[in-house]
Formats: sequence, C-alpha cells, structure tokens
Amino acid sequence: MTHWIIAPVILPALLAPFIVLAARFHIGIQRVYSVVGVVALIGISAGLAWTASDGTIILYQLSDWAAPFGIVLVGDRLSTMMILLTAVLALFVLLYAIGSGWDDRGRHFHALFQFQLMGIMGAFLTGDLFNLFVFFEVLLIASYGLMIHAGGNARLQAGLQYVLFNLIGSTLFLFALGSIYAETGTLNMADLAQRVALIGPEETVGIRIAAVLLLLVFAIKAAVVPLHFWLPSSYAEAPAPVAALFAIMTKVGAYAIIRVYTLIFPPDLDVTMGLHDLWLLPAALVSLAIGMIGVLAAKQLDRLIAFSVIGSMGMVMVSISLFSAAGIAAALYYIVHSTLAGAALFLIADLVRTGRANLDLTPQPPVAGNALTAGMFFAGAIAMAGLPPLSGFLGKLLVLDAAYGTDLVVWIWVIVLGASLISILGFARAGSILFWKAHSDETTGETTEAFEAQAPTPLAYVAVGGLIALLAAYTIFAGQMHSYATTMASQLFAPEPYISTVINTPGKLSKPKEDH
Amino acid sequence: MEFLVASSIGILTAGGLYLVLRLRSFPVILGISLLTYAVNVFLFASGRLTVGAPPVLRDGMTTYTDPLPQALVLTAIVISFGMTAVVVMIGLGAFLGSNDDHVDDQPDTPKDEGEGTA
Repeated sequence: MTHWIIAPVILPALLAPFIVLAARFHIGIQRVYSVVGVVALIGISAGLAWTASDGTIILYQLSDWAAPFGIVLVGDRLSTMMILLTAVLALFVLLYAIGSGWDDRGRHFHALFQFQLMGIMGAFLTGDLFNLFVFFEVLLIASYGLMIHAGGNARLQAGLQYVLFNLIGSTLFLFALGSIYAETGTLNMADLAQRVALIGPEETVGIRIAAVLLLLVFAIKAAVVPLHFWLPSSYAEAPAPVAALFAIMTKVGAYAIIRVYTLIFPPDLDVTMGLHDLWLLPAALVSLAIGMIGVLAAKQLDRLIAFSVIGSMGMVMVSISLFSAAGIAAALYYIVHSTLAGAALFLIADLVRTGRANLDLTPQPPVAGNALTAGMFFAGAIAMAGLPPLSGFLGKLLVLDAAYGTDLVVWIWVIVLGASLISILGFARAGSILFWKAHSDETTGETTEAFEAQAPTPLAYVAVGGLIALLAAYTIFAGQMHSYATTMASQLFAPEPYISTVINTPGKLSKPKEDH
Repeated sequence: MEFLVASSIGILTAGGLYLVLRLRSFPVILGISLLTYAVNVFLFASGRLTVGAPPVLRDGMTTYTDPLPQALVLTAIVISFGMTAVVVMIGLGAFLGSNDDHVDDQPDTPKDEGEGTA
C-alpha cells in the first residue's frame, strides 16, 4: 500500500496551520512555503497520475481498516488526472496572486489557499460519499474566506449570497446521504455500486429520490441551470486569483457527477431510468445557451467571464449527460481545457482592472501594457469561445462527434453551434470595446476620476502567459490527451476492478470491539 | 415514535424552507439552522429507530442501534455549527458595511464600492 496517495491531502493540511501559526506576519515566508508546497503537490500528483496511468487502482485504507466501514482513498486515472490539474492550476494562480500583490491585501490568503487545495484534493480522491461531503465542506469553508478576502461591501454581499447558497446545497447533500444510507445501509461508493445494482424494479422509489437529490447537489456545485444563480455575482466579486482557482470548483461538481453516475447509478439501471437523458441533458443545453447569452449581455468583463464559465459547464454537462464512452471522454477533455481557459480569463480581467479602475464594458483610455494584455485576452477568448486553433475548438468537435447518432443530435448540434456563435460575438464585442475603442477614444481620457493606473508586475504576466502556454500545449498534444481521456472513460465504464479493489483488499478485521 | 420523528423533521424542514425563501439575511440564516436541525434528525433516523439499545457492537450484544448514523450526525453537527458561525459573521459584516441586510442583488446597490484595489 503506497502512502503517497494521502500526501495531496496531508501536505496542504499541515502547511496551512504552519503558515498561520509560524509565518503569520511574514508575507515573504508565507509565499515561499506556499509555492514550495504547491510545487511539491505537482510532483506528487504527477507521480500518482503516472502510477495510475496503466490502469492501476491506488487504494489507501486509513488506519488499515477495510473498505465498507473504514475510510478509503482511491486513485484511478480520472481522480489522479484531476488532482494533477488542480495542482498545476494552483501554481499559476498562486504566482499571479503573488505577482499582483493580491495575497497581501488581506490576511491569511496563503493558509486559506492551502486549505482550499486540501479540500479539492480530498474531494477528488475520496472513496465514500460521506467523506465527499466532508471534503466539500473543507473546500467550501476555505473558499468562503477566500471569497471575501480583501473585504469591501460588494464582496461581502456577494459572499453572503455565495455562502447561503452553498449552505443550502450542503443541507441537501446531507438529506441525500441520509436517504441513501436509509435505503442501502452503506455510503462507500464501491459498496453502493454493488448494492444499488441489486435493487429490483419494484423498489426503486426511495433510492431514486436519493439519486435525484444527489444529482441536484452536484448540479448546484457545477452551476447547471436552474441552479446557477449563485455563480455570476460570486465569481465576479471574488478577488481575481480566487475566481481563477474557483474555475476548478465547478469541475468538482462535474467530477462528482461523472464518478457517482458511472459507478453507483449507471444509466442502464431501473433506478436512474430517464434521469440523464430526460432531465440532465435539457438542463445542460439550457445552461449552455443561458451562459453564452449572458456573455453577450454582460455589462462588465468579470460578469462576462463568469457567464462563459456557466456556458462551458453547460458544454461539459451536455457531453456528460450523453453517458457514452465517447461523451465522457469529450467531457474530460473539455474539463481540463475550460478550467485552464476560465482561470486565464479571470486573471486577464484582473490585468485589465489594474489599468483602468473598473471592468465596465465602455470605451476608456488604454490600459497599461495594452498590447500584451489584449493579445492574452484574444488568446483566452479564442480558447473559451471554441475557435480554432486552440483546444476549445477540438473539445467542441469531440462533443459534437459524441452527440452524433443520438436521438437529440439536432438539438445538441443547433444549441452548441448557436451558443458558440453568440459567445464569439460577445467576446469580440468585449475585446473591441476594451482594447480597440480605447485608442479611438483617447480624447475623453482625462474625464475618468483620479485613478492611479499601475502596470502589472512581470510575474503576473508570467502566470497568465503560463496558463495560455499550457492551453497551447494542450492543443498540440490533443491527440495523446484525447486517447488518454478515452482510456479514462473506458475505465469508468468498466468499474469492476475499482469495486473489487476497494471491497476485496483485506485490512484490519472489523471484529466487534469497543467503540472509540 | 416514527410519526413523531417524521413530523418533527417535516415541520422543521417546512419552517426552514419558508424562512430560507425570505430575502433578508437574518431569517435566511435562521431558516438554514432549522434545515440543519431537520437534516440532523433525518440522518439520525436513517439507521432505523431503536429504543433503549446502545450504539455499540460488542461480544454478546443482541440488540444494538446502528452506530454509523450517529457518527455521521456528530460530524454533520460540528460542520453545521461551524458554517452557521461563518455565515453569521459574513452576514454581520455585509450588514454593517452597507447598512442593508438583503440577500439578493439589489439593483440600486452601488456595485463598484468595494472593488478594485480595496
């Protein structure tokens, strides 16, 4: 049993209190520890992803207790890829936070950042549903702190909304867990997969309610329409590096849907009949449409990007709700792409903000470092809107290809292509107002209120440039990435090794003994 | 007893939902606490209700109640207390900062107030 798989959870969990307790007053030391921690996380995650890439299921039994009762961490291809993506994203976000000085504008940024990473890593690695809830809470409570980092009334109000919405989501999650436990008597995912498959067609009412509740919870996390209302304000008001890190949080919801609804509630069961194609797919199509219409309608750049996140989640969910191997593979490819692109766009919005006081989409004098920022926005917008040559285009092609041959192919193609067109218009409008009309309008430049434009530091540019370079690399290696996504999907659709590894690995005997 | 527990969960949930749908932060926070009480009782009951039996597995025990929901409820209670404390602090901060306890986006709220390099 390798102990490395718990390191992505333990390392931030140890680092965060250390930063709070020992390095509270020294931002320099905090930065060093935080960056070193994240680089180590990348190393560990890459090692785990390498181990899992040949199909190995990495199992870790905490305190050596065996599976159905003990807590387990499980790493397969999907979860190790997600932790690697999280770690890589975290590094660039952290570099940007340091480069732009965001981490110095309030207290405990780095500690909260590490706690947030701990929650995300744990949510990806955990093997039972209750610990998924616990890790959700860990990542949420850290995100509440990060969300209101650096204060301000608008941020506090948006933060209150965000917290309340997520608390309701958590309560719903507990209701779902309670019903699942009442129906099956277990919360371990592998054990559940076995037991749910045994439920006959005449007894599906209770477990079906549980499955729907669980889907609702994950849809809240993934901001699927009609449960997306919390996202635009929260993401637009959050500090830019935090919003960029949040790009992975919606994907936690998508990951949970993929994991639970391939392993426990696969679509061919009586329990889940119609759940994916009748409910999830239309909701996903609507969120794709609403997200992209929001891109066109937004009056501020940060809201525009927040809506594009909703739209890209819609794209991911369309692809997931097809529930074929090709659909899941396309979704996995698109998840990585949209995480990187969304994060890059939020950071670029902050670059724009440092030069022009606000993000209103009105002509204002050019921002400092205009050409470079404009170029980066251009690249990010191309990626997000899904134009060639960047990876969004390939991802969209994969989604369209996966939808080909299903009953709803016409609907899916029309909405995906129409939404892309609208989002291209929205991004083109925003970009031309921000960067081109600025030059034609230079005479009015004196009228803006006294605002000291400061040029972003080189490190901030390095962070954003790094994300865009990653996107480019992701496009170049699209073939390899897609074939890996296909192997991931095939592993998800053949869960027997996962289940047998979790259930049959011996641990400490759970003999009747003193409760502790 | 089943009826009592079920109806108390139902009443707590109904009250909680009603309060959550209000637009001001105090009733909403109160509603969320009611909902968490409801969910704690619900989780507790999900292992079936047994009277007078300990949640301990031990040699020679014949009747016991399922210990797992109790462990789950303990965790859930701790988490919900912590979350309530956080949301009260944030709600208080939002109220004191803008003298307004609405939860929704108010159209007249000056958006740019705390932004930028705040």
